[in-house]
Amino acid sequence: MLIAKVVGTMNATLKHPAFEGRKILLVQPLTDDLREKGEVFLAVDTVQAGVGATVLVAREGGSARIAAGDESSPIHAAILGIVDMVGDQPVP
Amino acid sequence: MFVAEVIGTLVASTKDPALEGIKLMLVQPLDKAGRPTGQPLVATDSIGIGVGERAFCVLGREAAHALPNTFAPVDAGIVGIVDRVDV
Repeated sequence: MLIAKVVGTMNATLKHPAFEGRKILLVQPLTDDLREKGEVFLAVDTVQAGVGATVLVAREGGSARIAAGDESSPIHAAILGIVDMVGDQPVP
Repeated sequence: MFVAEVIGTLVASTKDPALEGIKLMLVQPLDKAGRPTGQPLVATDSIGIGVGERAFCVLGREAAHALPNTFAPVDAGIVGIVDRVDV
C-alpha cells in the first residue's frame, strides 16, 4: 500500500460493468514525507475521497478487489482510506 | 490502472490458445498532463476501442477478469474508453 494524493477524476462512459457507478480518481504517489514521486495512476474510490485528499492506496489486484467488494472484477487499484497522520505529522 | 493512448494494433498468429479471438492493442501510457510517459505496452481489448482513443487500462492478474476466459495469461487490458480526465 502507498500514500498518494488525489489529483483528479476520470470519466469513461463505455467501460467494463464492474466499474459502473464507481468513482475513479487520478492519484499521485507520495513519499513518506509527502513529496510527489512517480507517475500518476487511476484508483477506484471506496471511501468517498475528494480531490486534494491524501489517501491510502492498494496498487495490487487482490486487495483492491476485496476493498471494492467484487473479487471477480478487473479492479487493480483502490483507495482504502483517507490519511490523517504520517508518523507524528498531521497531513494538511 | 492508468490512462493510455491507443497507438496501434498487434497481430500474433501463433499464440496461447486463451488469446484466440482477443484483440491486442499497443498503448502508450500518459502522464497527468496527457503527455506520453514510459514505454508503450501491449494490452488486450475487451471494449472495442480504436487507434487514437484514450484507454482506461488495468495491469496485472485483473486484466484477465475483463475477458471471457478469466484464466487467460494476460497482464494488461483495456477496460474502458476515457471521455475526460479533470486534473
